[in-house]
Amino acid sequence: MKEEFQAPQGKILKINGICMSLEGDDIDTDRIIPARFLKCVDFESLGDAVFEDDRKDFKGKHPFDLKTNQSASILIVNSNFGCGSSREHAPQALMRWGIRAIIGESFAEIFYSNCLAIGIPCFTLPKKKIKSLQDRSREETLFFEIDIKNIIAFEKSIAHHLELKESSKNMFLSGEWDATSTLLNNIELIERKINELPYINLNKLRIT
Amino acid sequence: MSQNTLFDKVWDLHKVADLPGGSSQLFIGLHLIHEVTSPQAFGALKDKNLNVKFPSRTIATVDHIVPTDNQSRPFKDTLAEQMIDTLEKNCKKHKIKFFNIGSGSQGIVHVVAPELGLTQPGMTIACGDSHTSTHGAFGSIAFGIGTSQVRDVLASQTLAMNKLKVRQIWCKNRLSEGVFAKDLVLHIINKLGVKAGVGYAYEFSGPAIDLLSMEERMTICNMSIEGGARCGYVNPDQITFKYIQERQFAPKNENWARAVEWWQSLASEKDAKYDDVVLIDASQVEPTVTWGITPGQSIGVSQKIPELKELSIDDQFIAGEAYEYMGLSPGQAIKNTPIDVCFIGSCTNGRISDLRVAAEIIQNHKVSPNVKAFVVPGSEKVAKAAIEEGLDKIFKEAGFQWREPGCSMCLAMNPDKLTGNQVSASSSNRNFKGRQGSPSGRTLLMSPAMVAAAAIEGKVSDVREFLKK
Repeated sequence: MKEEFQAPQGKILKINGICMSLEGDDIDTDRIIPARFLKCVDFESLGDAVFEDDRKDFKGKHPFDLKTNQSASILIVNSNFGCGSSREHAPQALMRWGIRAIIGESFAEIFYSNCLAIGIPCFTLPKKKIKSLQDRSREETLFFEIDIKNIIAFEKSIAHHLELKESSKNMFLSGEWDATSTLLNNIELIERKINELPYINLNKLRIT
Repeated sequence: MSQNTLFDKVWDLHKVADLPGGSSQLFIGLHLIHEVTSPQAFGALKDKNLNVKFPSRTIATVDHIVPTDNQSRPFKDTLAEQMIDTLEKNCKKHKIKFFNIGSGSQGIVHVVAPELGLTQPGMTIACGDSHTSTHGAFGSIAFGIGTSQVRDVLASQTLAMNKLKVRQIWCKNRLSEGVFAKDLVLHIINKLGVKAGVGYAYEFSGPAIDLLSMEERMTICNMSIEGGARCGYVNPDQITFKYIQERQFAPKNENWARAVEWWQSLASEKDAKYDDVVLIDASQVEPTVTWGITPGQSIGVSQKIPELKELSIDDQFIAGEAYEYMGLSPGQAIKNTPIDVCFIGSCTNGRISDLRVAAEIIQNHKVSPNVKAFVVPGSEKVAKAAIEEGLDKIFKEAGFQWREPGCSMCLAMNPDKLTGNQVSASSSNRNFKGRQGSPSGRTLLMSPAMVAAAAIEGKVSDVREFLKK
């Protein structure tokens, strides 16, 4: 059994964990969490359902079912991971299964911003390096200590230089990935904005 | 960096502040919500002891989970009932306008907002649904967000975001007879790839786009996200203004002239700078059908499924997966592929013009005895208009089932699902593995007219042959 779920909170400086590989391009959010599991009013029970249909197909040999992966928390994926539906249920399901960081060739845009908003960094690496890590993580236990400030994954004496958008990095380091309070700090600017938008204030627009 | 495009103008207008981390705080002019991605957002507001900041700028409807055969309450599916009930309570508590079933205006959120005149040029529009890009057809910046961002928009009417680059997709010439907006957008996604749009907003422009109706433009922008672009738009013109005029939430009286004058100033300037420009020849597009498991895996109806060696190395892995899952072989013609289920509907192609064109094909024909065919209008307004025009009768006489509005088998969150490894001809937007409710179900995406032709023949057919008859 997995440890009790704890969502990321506050500043995220380091993520340590075992890597697991999930191969495939264009893995969409319908595959990560099939639509029937979206019939819920909270995210709590999603962890067990992650990749449900793919896992059935693999009959126990899917990466999320392999014994060796059960304590993994860093997922290594290929390109355009998380494409399709905007459902935050997808990263929520991964997070509730135990994933705390993802390293991939590339990510779909909405998936990336959903991960950012719940405190899951999505790092990128070139295709060749991903392939090498995926191959190795199948053969041996890869334990990474990811230093977010320097964007480096330390593996014993090896330093893997990852890539992460500067703005995302800053948000993880400051805790502002949990954006609500930062946004509300600017409430006066928001109120000024609503009073100057033409379509909200058409009666104030002057016709030339 | 792009300059003087519609995207730049609308972005700059809505930017509230630069955030410490380096992203921007963007004001959201219109926030649309539905039952699937909002409950956890309202839950988070409660946990943080926050209120909805500007309730009048959020509009709700219910679409994903609604049954299309019997909509009487409570729904048979208790989970679905819990979701609609939660939305009703949240809207009531926070004084959010809710277009519920039976209101006359319920439907798929991306069909409802434009037909009510809520969607207007120059706005920023967000919704917890990736097909929010649809609203860009009006010259707005519209994009899908996740539940945490729904929470942020409810709490602050803003969200944190990085500015996108802008790629102009210039579509020259015009679509030929029997070729529709759906074919054009599938063609574009095939040419550019499903991840080419990551980091970009797509501007669809050129003579072929100028000729399209608003509903056709919505089909194009709707599927921007299938090409990886979170946001797609068309510059507003007289066709846009005419569509909006007189609608329920359109500017009225002296405000109409003010609005139109402002809207006209929004289009990308002639000297606008783009981060990238792509040229597409619309006259070369055929009726297009997907053969694989991504919306980029499509071919013209007269073409053959590509061999691995014809594809780039990057596309080969997923192509191999697709042949196996779809049970289709490279080199095989897509035409005459047997079809089990025909679905006309969705936010891509569930509008009145889609139903009209499909009805025109199906009239005086019968659905093939091996096919289950059904029509799900995009909204209560679409259903009403179709019934007034007698389209429901045409579909029913041909053997189609006529259903109540909702998202239905586009994503199969309601009882409308494929079973086993059935093959569907679908006017929707995604052919992902398992998308239509069966883990081994197979989806061929095509235009509503092509779905109608497939329904008659029981196999993939070229709709242009029906136009000649």
